[in-house]
Amino acid sequence: MNGVSFDDLTWMVPIPVILPLFGAGLALALWKRTRLQGVISVIVLSLVLATSIALLVAVDSGPLVLDVGGWAAPVGIDLVADRLSTLMLTVSSAVTLGVLIYSLAQGVADGAEDTPVAIFHPTYLVLAAGVSNAFLSGDLFNIYVGFEILLAASYVLLTLGGTGERIRAGTIYVVVSLISSMLFLAAIALVYAATGTVNLAQLGERLPEIDPAVQLILQLLLLLAFGIKAAIFPLSAWLPDSYPTAPAPVTAVFAGLLTKVGVYAIIRTQTLLFPDGRADRLLMWAALATMLVGILGAVAQNDVKRLISFTLVSHIGYMIFGISLSSELGLASAIFYVAHHITVQTTLFLVVGLMERRGGSTSLDRLGGLAKIAPLLAVMFFVPAMNLAGIPPLSGFLGKVGLFQAGIESGDALAMVLVVGGAVTALLTLYAIVKAWNKAFWQDAPDDVPDVRLPRGMVGAAAALVAVGLGITVVAGPMFDYTQRAAATLRDRDQYILAVLPDRERGQGQSADAADEEVGSSPDDEAEEEDG
Amino acid sequence: MIETSPNVVLVLTIAALAAVGVYLLLERSLTRVLLGIILLSNAINLLFMVAGGVPGGAPIIGVSEEGEMSDPLPQAMVLTAIVITLGMTAFLLAMAYRSWQLNQHDEVQDDLEDRRVARRAAADQAAYTDSDADVTTTLDEDAAEVRDETDDDAQPVESAEGGDVR
Repeated sequence: MNGVSFDDLTWMVPIPVILPLFGAGLALALWKRTRLQGVISVIVLSLVLATSIALLVAVDSGPLVLDVGGWAAPVGIDLVADRLSTLMLTVSSAVTLGVLIYSLAQGVADGAEDTPVAIFHPTYLVLAAGVSNAFLSGDLFNIYVGFEILLAASYVLLTLGGTGERIRAGTIYVVVSLISSMLFLAAIALVYAATGTVNLAQLGERLPEIDPAVQLILQLLLLLAFGIKAAIFPLSAWLPDSYPTAPAPVTAVFAGLLTKVGVYAIIRTQTLLFPDGRADRLLMWAALATMLVGILGAVAQNDVKRLISFTLVSHIGYMIFGISLSSELGLASAIFYVAHHITVQTTLFLVVGLMERRGGSTSLDRLGGLAKIAPLLAVMFFVPAMNLAGIPPLSGFLGKVGLFQAGIESGDALAMVLVVGGAVTALLTLYAIVKAWNKAFWQDAPDDVPDVRLPRGMVGAAAALVAVGLGITVVAGPMFDYTQRAAATLRDRDQYILAVLPDRERGQGQSADAADEEVGSSPDDEAEEEDG
Repeated sequence: MIETSPNVVLVLTIAALAAVGVYLLLERSLTRVLLGIILLSNAINLLFMVAGGVPGGAPIIGVSEEGEMSDPLPQAMVLTAIVITLGMTAFLLAMAYRSWQLNQHDEVQDDLEDRRVARRAAADQAAYTDSDADVTTTLDEDAAEVRDETDDDAQPVESAEGGDVR
C-alpha cells in the first residue's frame, strides 16, 4: 500500500523516550552514589544511540508508527519515526553521549564541587527524553509536552549551583521560554478549535480545508512559538545572554540540541501542516536578518564563549534559509546543515571549555599562547572552527554549497540576496573565528597561565566529537542522499499521513496491530480483532 | 448542526486575563512576572474550554446521550497544561527566592549587552531622571553598579575616559 511498509522494529520507537526517563528515576534514587549514576547514564544513552541507529536504518524503507496504548491515530497518541526524526535522534543522542562522558570526566577532575552531580545526571537524562519525545511525537500537543520536559530540565541545568550570575541569566531564559510555551499552547488551542484535532497527520488533512486567513494565523502563531525556541532574529536576544554562563558541558548540549528542536518543529509543521509556503517570504527575511545580525554580534565579542554563542544564532539563519526555499534541495540541505551544526557547535563549546580550563579564562585578552602550551587543543579547536566557517572540504562547506545551489536554482531575487548574505556570513564567521584563534592561540602567552593538566576523559570526549564532525564530512555523500530522501518524504506529505492514518479519516480508534497487518480491512473487522 | 459560536463571557474573561497577564509580564519584579504568567496560562486554559465547543453532559457512555456530551479532549489537555504550569511556577518561585537571597531583590536584571550599552551611554551623557520609570536610580547609578561578567577585573564603570559624568 503506497510504499509504506511496516517492520518489526516498531516496538523500538518509544525506547529513546522511555529509557532515559527510567534511567532518570533510577539515577535519582541513587543520588548518594554519583559514580553509579554516571554508569547508569552512560548505559542508557548508549542504548538510546544504538536504538536510534537501528531506527535510522529501518525507517529508510518507510515511517514507523507506534500507537501508544493500542489506540489508533486520531483517538490515541502516536509516535512517528520517519527519516527526518530518526536522523535528528541519531545525531542528538551521539552528541548527548559525548557531552555526558566529557562532563563525567570534568566531575571526576573537579571533585564535583562546581556542579552538584546528584541532580545533574537525572536532569540530563530527562533532557534527553524530552528531546527524543519532541522528535518522535506525531501529535502537536505531545510535541508541547516534549518541549516542556526538555525545558524544565534545561532550567535546572542552566541554574545549577544557583550562583548570582546563573540566576540572572536563568531568569531571562526561563521567562522567555515560558512565554514561548504559552504562545505554543495558545496555538494548539486555536488549532483544535479550528480543526478538532491535534494529530499531525490528521491536521495535514484538515488544515488545508479551512479558511486561508485562519490558516495563516495558526501558521504564524506556531512560527512565533518555535522561532523563540530556535532563536531566529528578532526572537534570538535571549540566547547569547543565557548560554555562556552555564557550565561548559551544559552550554554545549544546549547549543547542540535545544535550538535544533525548534528548527525541527519548524520543518515538521511547515512541510506537513502548511505546505503552501505562504510564510516563505517572511522566513527568508528572518533568515537573512538572523545570519547577519548574529554574526555581527559575534564579530563584536571579546569573549570566546559569547562569540560562539553568537555564531550559533547566526547559523540558525542558514537552516531557516533552507526551509524558506520550499524546494527539495533546500530542505535536504537544511536538514544536512542541522546535523552538521549540532556536532560542530557542541564540539566548539566543549573545546572552549577546555581552553577555559587550560588558559584560565574565556576572555580573548587574557588567553594566549595556547598553540605552544597545548598543541592538541589547538588542533581540536581549529578543525571544528574551520568546519563552522565552511572551509572546503569539510561538511560546513558542503552544507552551504547545497543551500546556495538551492537558492540559485529557485531563481528568486530574494533568494539570490540570501545566497550573498550567506556567503558574507560565512566570511564573517571566518573572521570572528580567526580573531579568536589569533588571540587565544598565537598571541604571546600571559605570565600567569595556570599549570593544569587537562583531564584525559574531557579531551578524549571532545576529540571523539571532533572525529564525529570529520566523520560527517567523510560520509557526506551517502548522508546527503539520505537527507534528500528525507526531504522528499517531507514534501510528499501522503507518505506520513498514510503511515499514521492508513485509511485517511479512520477515526475509530481501533487497534494498531490489526490496522498494520490487514491494511484495507474495514474498521469493523479491525474492531473485532482488537485486543489490548 | 453543531453549535460553534463561543460563549461571550468566556471570551471576555480570556481577554481580561490575557491583558492583565501581559501587563504584569512587562514588570521588572520577578514575582509580578510570575503572576503575569499564571494569569496568562489561565487565559489559555480557558481558551481550550472555548475550543472544546458547547458544554454538555459528562462524556461517559450511558450517562449522557451521544450528541449531548462535552468534548473531553480539551479538558485532558488543560489538565496537562495546568500540571506543567504548576511545576514551572514552583521553579520560578524558587528562582525569585534565590534572587532575593543573593541580591535582596527579585528584579529581572538587564542582559549583558544592555548593560554595556548603558555603560557607554553613561560615559557619554549627563545624568538625567526619567519620571516615567519605576526604578528610582538613574542610568549612571545603574551603570556604576553593574558588572560585566566577561570582564574578570570587575571594573564597574569606565569613568576615566568620559570624565566626571555627574
